[in-house]
Amino acid sequence: MSDAASPLPRILEVRTKILKKNDEIARAMRGRFEAQGVVVVNIVSSPGTGKTAFLEETLARLHARGIPVAAVVGDLETDNDARRLARSGVPVRQIMTHGLCHLEAEMVQAHLDGWDLSGLHYLFIENVGNLVCPTSWDLGESVRLAMLSVTEGEDKPLKYPGLFNTADLVAITKIDLASACEFDRDLAVANLEVVRPGIRVLETSAKTGQGIDEWLMELDGRRLRGR
Amino acid sequence: MHELSIATSIVEIAAGHVLEAGGGRVLAVIVRVGRLASVHEGALRSAFDVAIADTPLAGSELRVVAVPVRIFCRSCAGERELAGIGSLACPTCGTVSGDIRAGTELELESIELEPPDTSTIGAATTGPVEIATP
Ligand SMILES: Nc1nc2c(ncn2[C@@H]2O[C@H](COP(=O)(O)OP(=O)(O)OP(=O)(O)O)[C@@H](O)[C@H]2O)c(=O)[nH]1
Ligand SMILES: [Mg+2]
Ligand SMILES: [Zn+2]
Repeated sequence: MSDAASPLPRILEVRTKILKKNDEIARAMRGRFEAQGVVVVNIVSSPGTGKTAFLEETLARLHARGIPVAAVVGDLETDNDARRLARSGVPVRQIMTHGLCHLEAEMVQAHLDGWDLSGLHYLFIENVGNLVCPTSWDLGESVRLAMLSVTEGEDKPLKYPGLFNTADLVAITKIDLASACEFDRDLAVANLEVVRPGIRVLETSAKTGQGIDEWLMELDGRRLRGR
Repeated sequence: MHELSIATSIVEIAAGHVLEAGGGRVLAVIVRVGRLASVHEGALRSAFDVAIADTPLAGSELRVVAVPVRIFCRSCAGERELAGIGSLACPTCGTVSGDIRAGTELELESIELEPPDTSTIGAATTGPVEIATP
């Protein structure tokens, strides 16, 4: 009830997604990726989990098999990661975010400009190392791969449920260091299961190559299934 | 830090709606933030204060409605609200559920504008243009 002395404020109902602009760009990109038949993987993890090392191994193997792939990598500063990845011989572009802690669809779109993606089997996007900020930004990916290294501790999924909850797939990296770190694999998987029930978990090492072929088979399966 | 990107989007969207409604002084912007959205309320508030400078929203207040996570539990055949976000286990029976019904949203709910000036027109004819049901 409004009384004359203090009229109620005017209310404008909006009910809009705050990131709708990002969502719209991402949706348009996803449509293009699907039409071109390219499976896009968005890799998210803390800094130093091993995203670049994992990708180096992935790109090198796919390239050696003659499978056309490309990668874009986001970092706050420096193009170190892009240079590391480019050694595999596949096309790579660096996105420098200059302080921004996550990639947004618009940045990826801008960096894909003029790039002919048709014929590619996979496009990998290495997100900025961060377990919080990338959560809500859809990049038009078909697969969101979240990583957790054995050196980070088994409780990461419980501490960063927001991000792990958006993952389609999880890789436990640096598995070669598991025993040195007294890593409890079952506990890590159980922790993932309570924040993302049914999630597929891979165990990988960029040093020994463990789990990489399994990962490539998983990718191949998704490509055949169309996502 | 991503809170600044979110605050900037809030300001862009809100300013557009205010303009469309014919302008007016903005008192508050109300947003709904799910507990699983990875957004820190304090950081969002600070970012909002930075983002509204020199915009039609300058001087307004950000009101954050924190939305708890709700899952659908198949064992209980019903929706359950969770106290935290560290587990999607049903608080009643313990079954873990990935069927999230609320708690991931990031939405601009509404905008409060200063009411029309009542000092120059008869109080009886004034009143809110639109009132949200509380
Ligand atoms: N032992 C072992 N070390 C690894 C493995 N993967 C990565 N590392 C090491 O971990 C460190 C970080 O690896 P990066 O690949 O740069 O990690 P990143 O996630 O790309 O890091 P940012 O891009 O900075 O977030 C490097 O010293 C790597 O050599 C692994 O599987 N086993
Ligand atoms: Mg890297
Ligand atoms: Zn239950």
